Amino acid sequence: MSARPGVVGYVAKRVAGALPTLLIVAVLVFGLIRMIPGDPAQVMLGDAGDPQAVAALRTEMGLDRPLPLQFAAWLGHALRGDLGVSIATGEPVLPLILQRFQVTASIVVSAIALATLIAVVGGLLAAWRHRRGLDQAVVGVATLAMAVPSFWLGLMLLLVFGVKLQWLPVVGYVPLTEHLGAGLAYLVLPVATLVIVESGVLIRMMRTSALDVLRLEYVTHARAKGLSEARVLLRHVLPNAFAPTLTLVGLALGHLLGGAAVIETVFTLPGLGRLVVDSILARDYPVVQGCLLFAALAYVLVNLAVDLCYPLLDPRVTVEG
Amino acid sequence: MSGLLRIEGLRLEAEAAGRPALLDDFSLALDPGEFVALVGESGSGKTLAARTILGLLPPGVRRTAGQVLFEGRDVTNLAPGPLRALRGGAIGMVFQEPMASLNPAMTIGAQLDEGLRLHTALPAAARRAAAIEMLARVRITDPARRLASYPHEFSGGMRQRIMLASVMLLKPRLLIADEPTTALDTLAQREALDVMAELAAAANTAVILITHNLGLVARYARRAVVLEKGRTVEAGETAQVLAAPKDPYTRRLVASLPRRGPARGVPSAPALLTVRDLRVAYRRRDQPGLFPALDGVSLTVAAGELVAVVGGSGSGKTTLGRAVLGLVKEAGGEVRFEGLDPLALTGADRRAFRRATQLVFQDPYASLDPRMRVGEIVAEPLRNCPELSAAEKARRVEAVLADVGLEALGGRFPHQMSGGQRQRVAIARAVVTRPRFVVADEPVSALDATIQAQVLTLFQTLQAQYGFACLFITHDLGVVAQIADRVIVMRDGRIVEEGARDAVLDHPQDPYTRELLAATPSLAVPSQRTEP
Repeated sequence: MSARPGVVGYVAKRVAGALPTLLIVAVLVFGLIRMIPGDPAQVMLGDAGDPQAVAALRTEMGLDRPLPLQFAAWLGHALRGDLGVSIATGEPVLPLILQRFQVTASIVVSAIALATLIAVVGGLLAAWRHRRGLDQAVVGVATLAMAVPSFWLGLMLLLVFGVKLQWLPVVGYVPLTEHLGAGLAYLVLPVATLVIVESGVLIRMMRTSALDVLRLEYVTHARAKGLSEARVLLRHVLPNAFAPTLTLVGLALGHLLGGAAVIETVFTLPGLGRLVVDSILARDYPVVQGCLLFAALAYVLVNLAVDLCYPLLDPRVTVEG
Repeated sequence: MSGLLRIEGLRLEAEAAGRPALLDDFSLALDPGEFVALVGESGSGKTLAARTILGLLPPGVRRTAGQVLFEGRDVTNLAPGPLRALRGGAIGMVFQEPMASLNPAMTIGAQLDEGLRLHTALPAAARRAAAIEMLARVRITDPARRLASYPHEFSGGMRQRIMLASVMLLKPRLLIADEPTTALDTLAQREALDVMAELAAAANTAVILITHNLGLVARYARRAVVLEKGRTVEAGETAQVLAAPKDPYTRRLVASLPRRGPARGVPSAPALLTVRDLRVAYRRRDQPGLFPALDGVSLTVAAGELVAVVGGSGSGKTTLGRAVLGLVKEAGGEVRFEGLDPLALTGADRRAFRRATQLVFQDPYASLDPRMRVGEIVAEPLRNCPELSAAEKARRVEAVLADVGLEALGGRFPHQMSGGQRQRVAIARAVVTRPRFVVADEPVSALDATIQAQVLTLFQTLQAQYGFACLFITHDLGVVAQIADRVIVMRDGRIVEEGARDAVLDHPQDPYTRELLAATPSLAVPSQRTEP
């Protein structure tokens, strides 16, 4: 492809294009937190805190300086990877986020990968058997999967496989690095829940675009050449039908990597989503800010990666465009 | 050897009950190397008949009677394995739509290789050599390098020839060509079909050419079978069928070919539209810099005059039509409509200009809003005519619908109408404001032969009745002969020849015009074609 040399430049351009987005996110994150009523210094010291102690803490945290200065200082530190320390625990924020992100990412990435695989197979087969039994079954299951709320599904899976059958642990988490087997056991149910919830819409999208491609003449041409149905589907239909599904995969991935709060709460996993919720409740500003900024960054990067995949699927999309 | 293909008493029906048969009692016998045309309009069943041979009927269509014998073997009940061996290997098929006939995500090399790998035991190097040789034979220049190209890097005509190459590479005994050139312009069509006939003759491949173009039948086919609504109405030697058609439908088909009428007295009216040294340039993805779509075009159109603009795909004729209506920004030169620059108009002047000029498009399926009723579609341009009362507008719409023969159909939606009816709606929408100038961009190219003749005659009648001037864009010199006062021939963004209709058609000066005229199909059966 003649476009190869342009790839590096294209990536640089796209990253540069994302910078204003991230700056706006930074301003919003910083501004929103400051607008919420309640003074963190007051909160930290509790009702017992006397005004002088509160004022002293405010000075120490920089809360008494003008907002633009507070923002500039915060952004300068953030760019150097210093997102401050948690007000609640005194831990540095960035390592905390990265540690929690590992948990979220391991669940989300494996769940979305599985859901994509299921969607490709299910969607292609349903389109191939359009309006027949298999198609109707796939569409029915996909619609059901889209309709089920994730927290309810998670609770039901916990109830059946954790409480009744006792095949899998109900509460807690063991890092994979500590003990692979036990770690995996804790991940099975959350991943399964996410796979089911996310695969519904992906199946529907894959089926619809595969149906569109199956109507085209080059598919009939491929069949008229004597190719097997498997090759027709995999070589001629899939690459031309996958792009819309890929877009949805990118959106889901970007969205969930910023924290799958509901799943993490149901399964009591120490992920990024729970960290956000907990620190909002504790008014732990530095942690909330760090998490939101991190989530936005993850979203932008995932979608950049997805955009870079399109030319692989469709040679008409050039990376210069 | 007797008989390559024998179809007997084939009957196809839609699965939905209560519909008439899609194809009834269809029979056809074909010898090796024979060239037969299957002629008919949309819905005549010609494509279904051909697809039955390969077991490629669309979902919802069933064969309820008859058999298809290929080399003595019934192919309608083959197991998937033997059927796949037959497809491609023994019987090849090429399709109509050049934009959708090749997989856009695969290089053409991979697509050429696919069939060879499946049906032959050749090593990779030999397959590559065969692919390169075949590409050269279908007149793709620099074939070795182009193997790595993707379909979008080729023109429509080249894509059709590449698809033909991928099929003929396997030297099938039978080639089914389903309207392979309908979407191509005259020259590309001629080139693709010449190559097809040449390759088929060289490999002794029998050909079934499915078409609604009688000119192509005359030029290439030894025998013709005419289908109407699923029934075979006439079959026989091409020369006989075309020269002395027995069936009324065949006669109608033959009569629907555009013919030249007497020249109208060229109206000596003042110039309505003046174009001087017009240049328009596009940015194109596949090449740096600007691509000149129009490169110094000058012309005038007098009031009431019908000027045909002829040229192949990419000649700039559509761009010219858009530019004179101020729909494309020019890069240089000037356009004046009644002395005014369309692009410089604002407010009331601009609305007056839009009232005075209208546009009719090629594709009647994409040019009408599917959510509006026909009456609303035709009435919409009148929103720009505040001097008319609501009652007058309603009367005007009614009258125009009657003019185009759609009196009682104002309440329908476009999808409830046929292609010909939709194109009538598009024409009604254009003439309802009583324009002084209409640009018609290939308005009959997408229609079946008999419908095309009707719409063309209607257009002529309306033009005479309302007296609008017209820039009629087409690639079909037959259409030009029927309707034009004057002809402009374009190539690569330039005007290569211009003049009164009879002068250009009878005494073409430019080599390109002569080439176009030679490629225009006619009913004359070439005399050098002798019996095999």
